Amino acid sequence: MRSVDEIVNGVLEGDTRALARAITMVENEREGYEQVLERIYPHTGKAYVVGLTGAPGVGKSTLVDRLAKFARGHGHSVGILAVDPTSPFSGGAILGDRVRMQSHSGDPGVFIRSLATRGQLGGLSRASGGVIQLMDAAGRDLILVETVGSGQSEVEIMRYAHTVVVVVIAGLGDEIQMIKAGILEIGDVFCVNKADREGSDRTAADLRMLADSCSKGWIPPVVKTQARSGEGVDQLYQAIFGHRQYLESTGDMRHRQLRSAEAGIRDIIIEQVVDRTLDLARAEQVLDELLERLTARQTNPYQAAKHLLNAYGSQILRMCEGDAE
Amino acid sequence: MERIRVLVAKPGLDGHDRGARVVARALRDAGMEVIYTGLRQTPEDIAEAAVQEDVQVVGLSILSGAHNTLVPRVLEQLRARGAGNVLFLVGGIIPEEDVEFLKSAGVHAVFGPGTSTDDIVEFIKSHVKG
Ligand SMILES: Nc1nc2c(ncn2[C@@H]2O[C@H](COP(=O)(O)OP(=O)(O)O)[C@@H](O)[C@H]2O)c(=O)[nH]1
Ligand SMILES: [Mg+2]
Repeated sequence: MRSVDEIVNGVLEGDTRALARAITMVENEREGYEQVLERIYPHTGKAYVVGLTGAPGVGKSTLVDRLAKFARGHGHSVGILAVDPTSPFSGGAILGDRVRMQSHSGDPGVFIRSLATRGQLGGLSRASGGVIQLMDAAGRDLILVETVGSGQSEVEIMRYAHTVVVVVIAGLGDEIQMIKAGILEIGDVFCVNKADREGSDRTAADLRMLADSCSKGWIPPVVKTQARSGEGVDQLYQAIFGHRQYLESTGDMRHRQLRSAEAGIRDIIIEQVVDRTLDLARAEQVLDELLERLTARQTNPYQAAKHLLNAYGSQILRMCEGDAE
Repeated sequence: MERIRVLVAKPGLDGHDRGARVVARALRDAGMEVIYTGLRQTPEDIAEAAVQEDVQVVGLSILSGAHNTLVPRVLEQLRARGAGNVLFLVGGIIPEEDVEFLKSAGVHAVFGPGTSTDDIVEFIKSHVKG
């Protein structure tokens, strides 16, 4: 087991192996992972993070591969985080995105990591935020995050990405379904991939109309691509960087940074306070008893929650003070 | 919770990955996270993927008959990257007389065509903590 020092220094030097190890530490919440994240934090905030989301099979991985190639051509180093769902039955997963990301053979400028969602709703792994920070601290200029398109739950990606690309293909559904799926709110850029398919022009036109009608400020561009041949990927790249320029010139960037900073703190508070409260109550069998009484309608959730906060609040405060020392 | 991470890769030129896919599914069903990299991987690609994905297990599927040259090259690339300590498995069409050589090169287990996927799962679980 390597020390926190070694891992942190390795990550900051951009060492591939140290970065990979650090990601594992964070993913498994192994001892010392919080220290690693604390120490690399001052070195984050430099990368540009792009999220790609959409239904399985629309071509996200192929697009990520192409975008990475483009970025390399511009001299940027790239980190790729590809998230696939964990099987709810076995807890295992098949992570197959690398199959479509083969253009970077022998190029140390592209680092690819596959993660499973591990039961996390929202299409992202719980570790995603930390993994993005690690890649950022390791000096990756552009971070591409591919997430499982699972309907409404991709909203999660908005927290981490500066630009969210929603990938669709023609023939998957009509505009009502697109609205229902909530993709209009998430997308900063829309990509109609497999533009070789029939109906792509129509889908792009529908999206353009919808995007125009519900946008405030930034009007999400709609780009047609053929990821397999590479056609249109340059326009997609331009659209992403057009959005970046927009964010930087309007103060929206600052707004996003503040929003994600707050979300980051909220996560930790939830972890430190909520999880600890329940863990303590569980360890002392208080939780079981409370749940029994709840299901028997002898108390109600508000009473129960207040009871736990009263019972463990000061103990948790002391634990937090201990952490902060 | 920690999960066993396995890289399943196909080095060399043969274009059949049915066996590799069957194994990948079996490992997933046993609760492991399987990184599948597809066909025609070079030894360098495989070793680099193993490092980036930080797997504890690397499994190669080789049907082309080139195992005696491919396997040592993959192992060499892994060691060059400081990842020589992974559990290293080979499956596919491997003649009995080559098994000894592969093991001496550093392979922990060879699984021939008749192997049940349960045996592979069992072998991994008894050698790696999840
Ligand atoms: N016809 C066509 N197929 C494509 C295109 N882009 C990707 N594909 C194929 O679509 C399939 C799924 O692609 P993949 O990138 O794995 O999709 P993902 O599940 O969204 O990551 C693969 O067989 C790709 O080769 C395209 O522009 N046109
Ligand atoms: Mg994919």
